[in-house]
Amino acid sequence: MYRSLTLDPEKCTGCLQCEMACSWEYEGHFNPAHSRIKIFAFHQEGRFVPYTCTQCADAWCKNACPVEAIQINAETGAKEVVENLCVGCKVCTIACPFGTVNYDHARGKVMKCDLCGGDPACARACPTGAITFVDGDWPGYEKMRQWAERTDNLASAQ
Amino acid sequence: MGWQKKVLRVDLTAGTCTAEPLNMEWADRYLGQRGLATKYFVEEVDPRVDPLSPENKLIFATGPLTGTPASTGARYSVITKGALTGAIACSNSGGYFGAELKFAGWDMIIFEGRAEQPVYLLVIDDEARLLPAGELWGKGTWETEKALHERHQEPQLRISSIGRAGENLVRYACVVNDLHRAAGRSGVGAVMGSKNLKAIAVHGTKGTQVADPERFFQVVGEKKRILAENAVTGQGLPTYGTQVLMNIINELGALPTRNARDVQFESADKVSGEAMHEPRGSEGKPNLVRNQACFGCTIACGRIARIDKQHYTVINKPEYWGASGGLEYENAWSMGPDCGVDDLDAMTYANFICNEHGIDPISFGATLAAAMELYEIGAITDEQTGGLPLRFGSAEALTTMVEAVANGEGFGKDLGLGSKLLCEKYGHPDLSMSVKGQEFPAYDPRGIQGMGLTYATSNRGACHLRSYTVSSEVLGIPEKTDPHTTEGKPALVKAFQDVTAAVDSSGLCLFSTFAWSLEDIQPQIDAACEGDWSLDKLMEMGERIWNLERRFNLAAGIDGSQDRLPKRLVSEPAPTGPAKGMVNRLDEMLPEYYSLRGWTPEGVPTPETLERLEL
Repeated sequence: MYRSLTLDPEKCTGCLQCEMACSWEYEGHFNPAHSRIKIFAFHQEGRFVPYTCTQCADAWCKNACPVEAIQINAETGAKEVVENLCVGCKVCTIACPFGTVNYDHARGKVMKCDLCGGDPACARACPTGAITFVDGDWPGYEKMRQWAERTDNLASAQ
Repeated sequence: MGWQKKVLRVDLTAGTCTAEPLNMEWADRYLGQRGLATKYFVEEVDPRVDPLSPENKLIFATGPLTGTPASTGARYSVITKGALTGAIACSNSGGYFGAELKFAGWDMIIFEGRAEQPVYLLVIDDEARLLPAGELWGKGTWETEKALHERHQEPQLRISSIGRAGENLVRYACVVNDLHRAAGRSGVGAVMGSKNLKAIAVHGTKGTQVADPERFFQVVGEKKRILAENAVTGQGLPTYGTQVLMNIINELGALPTRNARDVQFESADKVSGEAMHEPRGSEGKPNLVRNQACFGCTIACGRIARIDKQHYTVINKPEYWGASGGLEYENAWSMGPDCGVDDLDAMTYANFICNEHGIDPISFGATLAAAMELYEIGAITDEQTGGLPLRFGSAEALTTMVEAVANGEGFGKDLGLGSKLLCEKYGHPDLSMSVKGQEFPAYDPRGIQGMGLTYATSNRGACHLRSYTVSSEVLGIPEKTDPHTTEGKPALVKAFQDVTAAVDSSGLCLFSTFAWSLEDIQPQIDAACEGDWSLDKLMEMGERIWNLERRFNLAAGIDGSQDRLPKRLVSEPAPTGPAKGMVNRLDEMLPEYYSLRGWTPEGVPTPETLERLEL
């Protein structure tokens, strides 16, 4: 069973613990500028929205790569950048409709979320449950449960 | 590690930016932020300088835990000689700016001199330069942020700036970062304005590291769980923010009301944290939109609020319809009960203006409250106010005057002096509710005795954030003491002052101490920093910092004779509530406090004390 990251903007407080955890996982220091997950603040609406790669089944980035440097991890389903194949052409960054593939200038390679090999650091670091790592076939399970909880059994019985 | 070991020195007169290594010998004795920057400051600045002269310096300093995953590791402080007080000033802020400065590779920035024309500092990693800020001058902090993001096409810039109040040298102007976090008190924004420094914009891609990552992650994770499971930091603060206190302090009869003539506000429930959750009649939505965290904070006490579009303050101003930083307890108190105002949306509007134009809402509200009393006794008339009745309870007076202060117009100029100079000017110095020129915040020391000693002895003028004995006297943290007794309070105040000085030097937020003791914080510092950071060392360091600040003040001419409370608090008994009939008994506490500090009866550190603390 694959698992997937589920992002819930309602619960995000904008603390950026996820960005620190992500950069630590990849870079060995705390550095939001090198995080694969980003939190966007929409100040006027008082909203914070976590955003990262959704690991498309038919992945634009993978399809676009001319050197097959983006490959599927059979265990996690993540689309991973194989760094020794990546030539830094950045075609995948154009192909991704969501902008979640980006570029590390220092290394000359693209960077994207690879689910940390199956145990995403961002989800572990999130203090509010805004980022969770759930059954990949049931990304809507928690939302369904919340709506189910609101169902008024007494009213419907009348 | 923890530190970036690099200081940026900006000579505004010469227009130069120079990197220098952090003095690690001092870092080992003063840790960072408040302690370390104060050490730099007292070594470099003559205590007798005019705060608004080029000879004053202005330091933006982070701590070793700023920009790390330690919860609440967002903080930076602005250290200078305060424009409001003439005393050592150290104002602490959260948001994202402090962490970004660390990510760019710097522990602190020292500004000296004065720019000939308005400038801002742009820092992108190692590269720092001063750029002309001509067209930003006159703009608020919100517009300044927007303009700098657009100009540099860099959405990830974090910005700290002054608004019109700082430019106009309002004595209690603050520095605002990330739209609505502020280094609020003592007029650090006026010092920035006097230097013609409009803003600092930073983006960093270097990141931070800690000395012992494995131990750091283990201890930081464990301590985060304590915050999550604690009733105050896990539930009270995220839900109600610091505004959770409004009803509690009112019931205790310790809510200074109408310039502290009263100690209880009949409409406290209308301006409380609970009220911010209540749907408003006109549009069915509450004042509070949501809570927000500062960088790395797992408490998330910040208030994001929205003013009712139909409210008189914004009905023709759609630019204020969006969500922004809402009322915290101190602001809600100063612009609410202290002015007798109970209109939550008017207070929220005044708060927005304070954020937009860089005004400390505590000093503004308390100064307006003093003006209202002056008006009611006839010392100020319509002639001064331009025909606006400055009556207690008038929301219109509040929202008109906050704009007048920001713009430096009319009576706003007088209000911009702060309550001390205002009340002196109009012949009633006793009506200023201040110590060392700084207005005291939202706890009446007649009902919470320890806060009297806290205000009187605070090195930056009256302040709750130097020894928050409310924790013990009201909330029972770490243990409950009787708010009405003076017994044991000198030791309590001293202990809180020393611990707070240590926490303020680490990069962590003081609010973490609702759940964490120094025993919880010490291992986080120890794992992040090189060297041995024991509990004893931190406690001694806190005491050293306190004495260092005190010594600066003494040299600046602020001696023990200024460790006094406003006459009202020590001579006019609380008229209602549980503390009815009581005054603050500062005289019972002060001599014992001096003695515990190892100071002379005049409040001067003895040579033995200075030697013990290696000062």
